[in-house]
Amino acid sequence: MADAGTLTSATALEDADRRKAWGFVAPALLWTVAFFVVPFALMAAMSLWKREGRDLVRVWNFDNYVRFFSENALFQGLVNSLEITVIVTVISVLLAYPLAWIIAERVPKRLQRMALILAILPFWTSYVVRSYSWLLVLSKNGVINQLFMNIGLISEPLELASTRTATVIGFVHFFVMLLTLTIYSNLIQLSPNYRRAAADLGANAFQTFWHVVLPLTLPGIMTGAFLTFVLCIGDYVTPQILGGNNELVLPQIIMLQLGRRADFPMAAALSIVLMLAVTIAYLACARWLKIERA
Amino acid sequence: MLRQISANVLSWTYLVLVYAFIFLPVAVLVLFSFQDGRLPVPPFNGFSLQWYGAVFADRKLMAALGNSMVVALVSSVISVLLGFLAAYALARYKLPGSALQRGLLIAPMTVSYLIIALGLLSLMNALHVPLSLMTVGIGHVVINLPLCFAIIYASMGDHHINIERAARDLGANDFKLMALVTAPMLMPSILAAFFLSVTFSWDEFIIAFLLSRFDVTLPVEIWSMLRSGLNPKTNAIGSLVFLASVAVLLILELSLFGRTKKQ
Repeated sequence: MADAGTLTSATALEDADRRKAWGFVAPALLWTVAFFVVPFALMAAMSLWKREGRDLVRVWNFDNYVRFFSENALFQGLVNSLEITVIVTVISVLLAYPLAWIIAERVPKRLQRMALILAILPFWTSYVVRSYSWLLVLSKNGVINQLFMNIGLISEPLELASTRTATVIGFVHFFVMLLTLTIYSNLIQLSPNYRRAAADLGANAFQTFWHVVLPLTLPGIMTGAFLTFVLCIGDYVTPQILGGNNELVLPQIIMLQLGRRADFPMAAALSIVLMLAVTIAYLACARWLKIERA
Repeated sequence: MLRQISANVLSWTYLVLVYAFIFLPVAVLVLFSFQDGRLPVPPFNGFSLQWYGAVFADRKLMAALGNSMVVALVSSVISVLLGFLAAYALARYKLPGSALQRGLLIAPMTVSYLIIALGLLSLMNALHVPLSLMTVGIGHVVINLPLCFAIIYASMGDHHINIERAARDLGANDFKLMALVTAPMLMPSILAAFFLSVTFSWDEFIIAFLLSRFDVTLPVEIWSMLRSGLNPKTNAIGSLVFLASVAVLLILELSLFGRTKKQ
């Protein structure tokens, strides 16, 4: 009797608790469903429709996707995006790793935090302004050209802005800062015992690095590289300001569909393609990426 | 010995070169914001504050600055609040499908801002909702909510549970518990989530660009200034935003994070 009583009150309590818990989590879930899931479903549906004049026609077919793969101007956007993203990710990792390593190993402990803050300080320039400031450096009458002409290295200004190189430089600048941060935090978590053990077993500095330190910091590198990939391939601002109208990347082509052509279904289809590219990249690095509760 | 020295020299040279690369554009930006002339490129003609004067005299730019602050603050408060409530519910109660719920809440983090913006734009068009600062704010909550949820959820360790039980035994209901016990205990991560959200919203371009019409945020206004090409006024507003952010960062570093480190 008493047992049954406590049992019912316990379930009643659990039910009340559960209702309350649902109440707490509901606003966030509803917001995500209403403003993320529903819009995304709408966009996915729209990618199957087509545009006629100013109107959307609700036909259901894969014409937009077929057009994407058959029209060179569209497909080339994906190729350019992938090429630039891969180049940027590789260069950024190669530049950032030694920097993070030097800060973690060579800079005195008490100065490390300072060195790191300095290394990511330009993060806090506004995002649009950051690309613009590279324009000041790279444009025809910019700092680099004037410097090179003054010291007699070149006689005619180089066409540095509005090129793929400019886009890559702008991206690398941003991601070197980001990657230095993620790789550094990985490096300082390494216990020095690993390296001592490797040295005891007769490994030289290079062997220790190649067989011990590098594999242990691989998760940090992959997390950073994946973040670089995602942010780089989806960015419109940097290629638009620095790359200009040469060798358009996918986000630029999506914006063109929205603006001049008012072809919303095509823009939606291209966005789905962009998302698939990110998903494939995610699956490729998934085994190194972990989000865990401390 | 010699090898040691040459390795050191190599390290420091590398450090200096990469720092130079990182700081080059910012240095040029700030230097030529003081340019006494119409072009923010060499030669440097002399020191002038005229472009800062032009920035403060520009009504559209000042309005955009205000808009950005409002959107950043309001969207961050909503993100932190919703993220905290969801984290509390999912970390403290056993809800069915909680892994799925966590996945759903984190999902927007994996999608490009451009795609989130396009989706919202199609939704607003379909519902005939006029674009405004509110639609921009809605978009910014979508991108910041996953971040706030993840940060706060990650910090809700089980070691807090006993303190919360004690508060419950003393008669605190859920709201009292959250406001007087859980939130103060998690204050460092709540503040971190809040300031990160403010930073992201403040600096976000593509959502603000696609989801606004007449009232725009600062990055969108700066974007439209770029159409006039290289202009020292753009340098001035860019430098102002940079220096203000660095000042805020230093204050936070010295007060907030300096304090939590000592504890």
